[in-house]
Amino acid sequence: MSYALPAGRGAPLPAVPRSRGGRGGDVGFRVLLTVFGVAVIVLVAAIACVLIGAAMPSIRRFGPAFLWTSRWDPVHNVFGALPFVFGTVASSTLALLIAVPISLGVAVYLVEIAPAQMSVALSFVIELLAAIPSVILGLWGIFVLAPWVRAAVEPALAAVLGWLPLFSGPQYGIGLLAAGIILAIMIIPIVSSVSRDVLRAVPPEQREAMYALGATRWEVISRAVVPYGRVGIIGAVILGLGRALGETIAVTMVIGNRPQIPTSLFQPAYTIAAVLANEFSEATSDLYLSALIEMALVLFAVSLIVNALARWLVARVTSHTRVVR
Amino acid sequence: MMLWDHAIASALAKGEAIETGVPSQLVVEDLHAYFGRTHAVKGLSLDIAANRITAIIGPSGCGKSTFLRCLNRMHEVVPGARREGRVLLDGEDIYAPSVDPVEVRRRVGMVFQRANPFPTMSIYDNVVVGLRLNGIRDRRVLDEVAERSLGQAALWDEVKDVLARPGTSLSGGQQQRLCIARALAVQPEVLLMDEPASALDPASTLKIEELAKTLRETLTIVIVTHNMQQAARVSDSTAFMLAGSLIEYGPTAELFTRPKERQTEDYITGRFG
Amino acid sequence: MIAPGSRAGARRRLTDRVMGWVCLAAILVAIAPLASLLGYVVVQGAPALNWAFFTHLPAPVGEPGGGMANAILGTLTLIGLASGVGVPVGILGGLFLAEAGDGRLGWWIRFTADVLNGLPSIVVGVFVYALVVVPMHRFSALAGGLALGVMMIPLVVRTTEEMVRLVPSSLREASLALGIRWWITSLRIVLRTATAGVITGIMLAVARIGGETAPLLFTAFNNQFWQAGLDQPISSLTVQLFTYSIAPYDDWHRQAWAAALVLMAITLLLNIAARAAGRQRFTVGR
Repeated sequence: MSYALPAGRGAPLPAVPRSRGGRGGDVGFRVLLTVFGVAVIVLVAAIACVLIGAAMPSIRRFGPAFLWTSRWDPVHNVFGALPFVFGTVASSTLALLIAVPISLGVAVYLVEIAPAQMSVALSFVIELLAAIPSVILGLWGIFVLAPWVRAAVEPALAAVLGWLPLFSGPQYGIGLLAAGIILAIMIIPIVSSVSRDVLRAVPPEQREAMYALGATRWEVISRAVVPYGRVGIIGAVILGLGRALGETIAVTMVIGNRPQIPTSLFQPAYTIAAVLANEFSEATSDLYLSALIEMALVLFAVSLIVNALARWLVARVTSHTRVVR
Repeated sequence: MMLWDHAIASALAKGEAIETGVPSQLVVEDLHAYFGRTHAVKGLSLDIAANRITAIIGPSGCGKSTFLRCLNRMHEVVPGARREGRVLLDGEDIYAPSVDPVEVRRRVGMVFQRANPFPTMSIYDNVVVGLRLNGIRDRRVLDEVAERSLGQAALWDEVKDVLARPGTSLSGGQQQRLCIARALAVQPEVLLMDEPASALDPASTLKIEELAKTLRETLTIVIVTHNMQQAARVSDSTAFMLAGSLIEYGPTAELFTRPKERQTEDYITGRFG
Repeated sequence: MIAPGSRAGARRRLTDRVMGWVCLAAILVAIAPLASLLGYVVVQGAPALNWAFFTHLPAPVGEPGGGMANAILGTLTLIGLASGVGVPVGILGGLFLAEAGDGRLGWWIRFTADVLNGLPSIVVGVFVYALVVVPMHRFSALAGGLALGVMMIPLVVRTTEEMVRLVPSSLREASLALGIRWWITSLRIVLRTATAGVITGIMLAVARIGGETAPLLFTAFNNQFWQAGLDQPISSLTVQLFTYSIAPYDDWHRQAWAAALVLMAITLLLNIAARAAGRQRFTVGR
């Protein structure tokens, strides 16, 4: 039953000391946390400043024309970024064209069609795709994807659409097309998982209303659910774009790394990230390095805008934003 | 006034003589409490007698928990919360600018509605955490405190052989007694109990009530409860609150048999709440 | 309503069925590269894994044999250095957001953490190059570790914040009500309760940076020998893999697949373990 209190309250216990640290401890801790929190902001600001500073010589020398001049000549110290800008935009666009329909199909399947447990398992598998290191994808790209593109995809495209300049020319496998495909593979996980979250956030009443009108499942999806979530899905696509723009290693392993604007999907090309990866450690002159850093700055600015835009769009539709890899 | 409730009647049948001359441990003077613009406690004044059990009753939302949390400066932990007025503990205003709220909380302990033992700690660690995290490391002292506090909480016999088990491995009623032991370990002068048994089964509830009566010998207890029978069983004085204001306060037997205010009577007889 | 048997109805139902298959096909197309890649990595990499791979240094250019022992050690070293930067900043930053981050400052910190997270990793490499490599006049493990650490920060910040916010506020209140200071409560009670989740977040962050190549290319650079000091270039599994894959030697390709298998295994294990651990939630009371 209850514990009998010893008569006379037993031996006196030591007085409980004043709480450790005094109020100063709380203040100091708050300062510590704030400093480290602010450090994140300082870090990003530092990156911007360092990049701008190091890119200044090139900015001053070439001005805005840097972005649309296509001559990249380290020997004569003339640098124009257009081939890389073009390659970045082209490979990313191609990647989006391939990845977005597939990702939408995946998201629709996971949310609307698959039974719950299968949906969880499949989501897990697709997110695992996002965890694959880029260099391993590149390795697979060189030895599996590019040969396949050369042996199967490019001949097929040439046979059907070869009259278009876009699908003409010698078929190496390595080139813009392979880069587009490998980028698509890399962005499918993020576009599909964010789209999945967006579709899940669509209120059930939207679906129920359509069902009540006698619509088929596909009609509910295509006329009620997806249109409702279109803003968020656009956000997901832009997130994928952001990822594709910055991808370096897998791209440089399969794109061919030729600093010229390609006229066909079968030709090699070059992206900003790829040229940074390849030529940075070999830049011989200060201007060379500065030009490369200016391109890194462009990449920084573009990725900042794209990511901010994407997150804003997604946040409008889902009630929380999650950091998806 | 007629008694409606036999349960209350029988509880009061054990009636104790109403005391005078008992010193006040806590004196509340014109206390107001706000959450942002919501005025949750409106000008409440009362004296809480030492070594007695004071119950606060009232319908849900009347501000009794908010009032309780003002007594150990837990109210201000919520963002946007503020208060006006004074609360004197042994004559000193706990809200004076020079007073450290952490010291107040050590002297005025609290037990919450849902038992909340720390999940990463064993039973033993849970009991002594208030001492250990304030710098007391001597194992012998902690052992003694653990045994004493668990004993006071009527839990020692049940757990003395399994002190290393996680605190959350106990049953609901045991967990609540563990939380009481944890609060007692820092030797408070006052123990605040916020509906401590509302989530428990009747058997555990009775244990907690008996515990409160035992603890009265060494502590002052303020208990918030929505269960009038519990208030009648356990407390010496009862305060009835409604919509943030104190309606009536007096010895328990009197409040339940001859309430002075109409609203009190309505509440007790079940006309609302 | 669709009259059963009507032509329009049959066509709509057919469309529904076909689109269902189309979406299923999308899933298969999305998973196919994963399956192919895993297959190739295992099939090509397993035969190339031998004792020498784990214990020998790379052989001179063009000669067969040798291993990637220095690369494995290098990756571990870099992860250690990166964690030295990423873990403290990440945990304390995440704690700030959870404890005091509901205002304007918190919003800005979260925003910049997202920006940092979305930055191309090569840009981080350029930053560290300009900041560390240039003044030091050499590539170094420290620079590589810093670059990876910078990438770890936003990941750890966000997962720490999430995990700490999940700790029920009743625990924080119980601790404060015992007369325990806020900062001790925050560290010894709240963070302690969230520890499992925080560690999960760190594991995921480590898995992510362990597979990074681009930020190391001109910070840590590469090293065909054992590491001589933290201020020297250092080898890593990823950079070694990259170098070997684009080189013209078959033996190097073989080793590249082996490295891919090792890297893949570690990455997948960390990810799966982290997600499995993350499924457990603690309960408070009954």
